[in-house]
Amino acid sequence: MEKQTKDHAALAKAFIRDEEHVNWHDGALWWIRQKRDIASKQIPEWEALREAASQIKSNVLSNLDDYLVQFEANAIKNGIKVHWAVDAEEHNAIVYSILKEKDIRQLVKSKSMLTEECHLNEYLIERGVDVINSDLGEYIQQLDNEPPSHIVLPCIHKRKEEIGELFHEHLGTEKGVSDPTLLTRVARNHLRNVFVTRRAALTGVNFAVAETGEYVVCTNEGNADMGAHLSEVQIASMGLEKIVPEKKHLGVFLRLLARSATGQPITIYSSHFKKPREGQEMHLILVDYGRSRQLGRPEFRDSLKCIRCGACMNTCPVYRKSGGLSYHNTISGPIGAILAPNLDMKKHADLPFASTLCGSCSNVCPVKINIHDQLYQWRQVIVREGYAANTKVLSMKAMAWTLSSPGPYSKMGRAGRWVLNTIPFAVNNKFNPWYKQREMPDGPKESFGEWYAKHNNQTPEAENQSK
Amino acid sequence: MTVGLFIPCYVNQFYPQAAIATLQLLRKLGVDVVYPPRQTCCGQPMANSGFDHLTQECNDLFLENFSGFDYIVAPSASCVLHVKQHIHSTADPAQAAHVRSRVYELVEFLTDVLKVENLNARFPHKVGIHQSCHGLRGLYLAQMSELNALPFSKPVQLLNMVDGLELVTLDRPDECCGFGGTFCVAEEAVSVKMGKDRVTDHTKNGAEYITSVDLSCLMHLEGILQRNKSAVKAVHIAEILNSTL
Repeated sequence: MEKQTKDHAALAKAFIRDEEHVNWHDGALWWIRQKRDIASKQIPEWEALREAASQIKSNVLSNLDDYLVQFEANAIKNGIKVHWAVDAEEHNAIVYSILKEKDIRQLVKSKSMLTEECHLNEYLIERGVDVINSDLGEYIQQLDNEPPSHIVLPCIHKRKEEIGELFHEHLGTEKGVSDPTLLTRVARNHLRNVFVTRRAALTGVNFAVAETGEYVVCTNEGNADMGAHLSEVQIASMGLEKIVPEKKHLGVFLRLLARSATGQPITIYSSHFKKPREGQEMHLILVDYGRSRQLGRPEFRDSLKCIRCGACMNTCPVYRKSGGLSYHNTISGPIGAILAPNLDMKKHADLPFASTLCGSCSNVCPVKINIHDQLYQWRQVIVREGYAANTKVLSMKAMAWTLSSPGPYSKMGRAGRWVLNTIPFAVNNKFNPWYKQREMPDGPKESFGEWYAKHNNQTPEAENQSK
Repeated sequence: MTVGLFIPCYVNQFYPQAAIATLQLLRKLGVDVVYPPRQTCCGQPMANSGFDHLTQECNDLFLENFSGFDYIVAPSASCVLHVKQHIHSTADPAQAAHVRSRVYELVEFLTDVLKVENLNARFPHKVGIHQSCHGLRGLYLAQMSELNALPFSKPVQLLNMVDGLELVTLDRPDECCGFGGTFCVAEEAVSVKMGKDRVTDHTKNGAEYITSVDLSCLMHLEGILQRNKSAVKAVHIAEILNSTL
């Protein structure tokens, strides 16, 4: 999973080879985007809600230290054991030590993109702990030994026939069965057994309330609740940025989250966890893992407002045509492309370029993150830090010189048009990526500049005659 | 009022007919237009590729060419957006700010500054509008489907003044075509797939022409149309608005 060497363009090209599949993937995500449009337009105050959410998060980011301290104090008062982790390694070690202390060798997990970022599953499996993802999409991805391709719809890139095949192989369903209801029932039976036998459950955190020390977990399947309520040890992993100041602010975010994610008014389960029930242990791990570094980058700090709804992925035409796995990062799509270079600029130098900067992501975002502007900014930073290929640097320098020198620019233009007209095979060949699936533009005899020099003082009629 | 005509580099070289239409249309509407001959490029190709630090000379040349005008008008939303957002000058920041505030894309200049109500144009064809993203979401030439707000469209407002023209309704009215500057070659596979899907939306809804405020998008869509031997043509909106066919 970590060993990928191909960049987004190469991985996308491989995904696009099966055009029928791409059309299906694109259509499925566009359908969700349309559901989001309908849901958002049923609320007259939608844009005001987005603005409120954005401002609440601005306040949180500006006072993050205070809110975190407040949250920690209240959580401890509630009986939650609070841990702090600076990075993935520390987070994973904390989870392992909690399990080890109780001699627990099995863990049921509900959806948590943070633990995916930390590669917790691999870490625990290496140490002999059995981990099962209980979110259906993640469960399917786990069976296929693949990371999620979408933060809300982890296996959206798989067709039901592929899932049927996986279930046949791993869960013993009949070959060729692909009925979603039937497959879901099979998964449910398997997971039921997991829920009642595991002693420890881990969940993610959607929102943590500084005022009360509680946290909120949103799912549509109720799997977080099943795990948490049946376990004797409950662990929650949260990124530092998940804080909201007061309980009343949840109303803003819960209304935005599900509508933006799937077009639902609210997630089926929005469960508040505040204190352990009697006899249960409750742990919460606050994880930094690059977040404070991003907070310190003025042009990218607003990326920490993200509530992980996935709307930017559903709306992004590049994502829809290239698939989430082509981003080779846990958080894929437009938001992932501004989060990833913060963690490893070299490895993810390609991601801010995997965009046309169309701006749909920024306008669909429920917390108004200026995603496409940040993609543009990352490009500048990545080039400045020296992560652009040498050939690109040279061609850009040549281009900058030509395009800022009127004389050479005109000569090159004339030469270019002459080539297109006279020896088109010089550009119409396999070394020209434009020409592979597109015709080159025609080369007109004269540029507008040349035409203007000749015709500027003529009447429009004379101009027309001489065209 | 004197308008400086800004004809972006690739329009100048490959699409002179759109530039001529822009000039003629503005003159027809009584505008005093001047084309500064030493102009080249706004610097966007470098800036969007992460090389904003190489654009100072382009910026300086642009300022030299266009500082003296009341308005600067161009038949390209993308280049106008770049000028509006990124043209800067260390030597004369006030001059750069003046240029940034006076630059207009052709359609918005016609609707917002000239407040055109009649065009005396005729184009008896079925036309699909390709909303360029920089025009739509950057310059806000029309309402985007992402926002919960009242619909409007400056290109539609003008095209409705054209005699005989019939607009086709698209399934996805404001999706990106996949051109994206250097994206079109760096991410060739995705770019072409996006372009093909946009073309299909227009053709299956009966468009004979695809028009746009941005020739860069049209160059990409035209390349795909021609490769597939389609009868559908790409045409810049200035050519339609200036047409008396």
